[in-house]
Amino acid sequence: MTRAAAAILCKDLRIELRTRESVPAMALFALTVYILLHFGLDRDTLDGDLASGVLWVTLLLATVLAVNRLFANEREDGALDGLLLAPVDRTAVYLAKAAALFLYLVLLELVAVPAFALLLLAPGLGGALPELLAVLLVADLGLAAIGALVAALAAETRVRELVVPLFLLPLLVPVIIAGASATEPLLAAPQEADGLGGWLAFLALYDTVFVLVSLAVFDFLLDD
Amino acid sequence: MTRPVFGRGLRPLAITTALATAAAGALVFFYAPIEADQGFSQKIFYIHVPMAIVALLGFVAAGVMGIRHLRSRDRSWDLRSYVAIHLSIILGVGVLVTGSIWAKASWGHWWRWEEPVLVSFLIVFLLYCVYFPLRFSIEDPDRQARYSSVFAITAGAFVPLNFVAVRLAEQVLHPRVFSQTGGDLPGEMFLTLLVSLVAMALLFVTLWKLELSAKHAAQQLKRLRARLELQAERRAEERVSVGSPS
Repeated sequence: MTRAAAAILCKDLRIELRTRESVPAMALFALTVYILLHFGLDRDTLDGDLASGVLWVTLLLATVLAVNRLFANEREDGALDGLLLAPVDRTAVYLAKAAALFLYLVLLELVAVPAFALLLLAPGLGGALPELLAVLLVADLGLAAIGALVAALAAETRVRELVVPLFLLPLLVPVIIAGASATEPLLAAPQEADGLGGWLAFLALYDTVFVLVSLAVFDFLLDD
Repeated sequence: MTRPVFGRGLRPLAITTALATAAAGALVFFYAPIEADQGFSQKIFYIHVPMAIVALLGFVAAGVMGIRHLRSRDRSWDLRSYVAIHLSIILGVGVLVTGSIWAKASWGHWWRWEEPVLVSFLIVFLLYCVYFPLRFSIEDPDRQARYSSVFAITAGAFVPLNFVAVRLAEQVLHPRVFSQTGGDLPGEMFLTLLVSLVAMALLFVTLWKLELSAKHAAQQLKRLRARLELQAERRAEERVSVGSPS
């Protein structure tokens, strides 16, 4: 199963490398949201709760973009049928898609977080990078787990563009609660990791629940 | 194939529900004491809280029914899950409206972000509102049932997690203690709440069975009508082939 998943993942990454459809679009979108929020909030620099809120809202909105595109190639070329004809476990498809989404999110954050620090973050607040990285990675796991499931669920419906944001964003409310609360003290003037462990533990619980749920139900989405 | 009859026992259930609702109403208005702090408006609590609990249990139960559908491939479980979500959504509107009225009466604002139950409920409500466009945008009945079940299971797992998250956030942002339902209620209030809760749960089950049997009857009718039309067509064809000279 890992080999099949790795093969599908390689295929997705190769397509992404050649077409450059998802990650650059996510990064450009994140920059655009920063500009919108700069003018919308009328603030040149942000810190504390406002900074962490802007960062997390931007990342979640960019996630919607990637989830919308996650099954695009399979859908447009009818490639999913070919994939399902191959004698591989359906779970391999899920694992590959979730892993691809996870990598896209990490790549997005490699661009979006430094851009955020450069454009909007108040000067002198970049010191808490390791802690921020830990929160982002644990959150990305949950985003990837639930994002791949929602992408597959929406892929076969007529109202795909509506279902993805409307289903995904409420499901991600716990992530933004935990992520933004954990990041807020990291981006405030006396930088300290206040309550970081608790929020990381909650994010880990969220990840575990949705990885297990997705693994259990994903097979039924591709069952025909 | 034996078809489940959803309407079985509906009449005694409906009578019990009517009695329980009447009893709950009587207790609310004549037995439960007037709350010293909030006065008469606190009585909305006996509608709001049972509705919220029953709606949430309905959402979780719909998830369990989704699991049963995926395991047994019996589409009637999907129908059960769908009707449970439908009714819970209707109760959800009631929860949000009564919660808002209660907040206005006791705090002077229509909406309070400090109230974790109400906030979590809004999130859950918005999530489940997507169930209907998703369900009805899939034509193939088998796939519709499967996708709906996957939605019901995922969202059902989300409900408790979401409550934990919102409560944690409120504790960090507004560290103050709310007296939770049932915790330190005086006996008379607690009894009234309990009876109201039972009445609401019975009302939910009655409506659920009623809607199920109505949906089931509509399906049967559609199937019979299709069969009738098919027979009529066949008969017409026979008549043509008999009547034609050759």
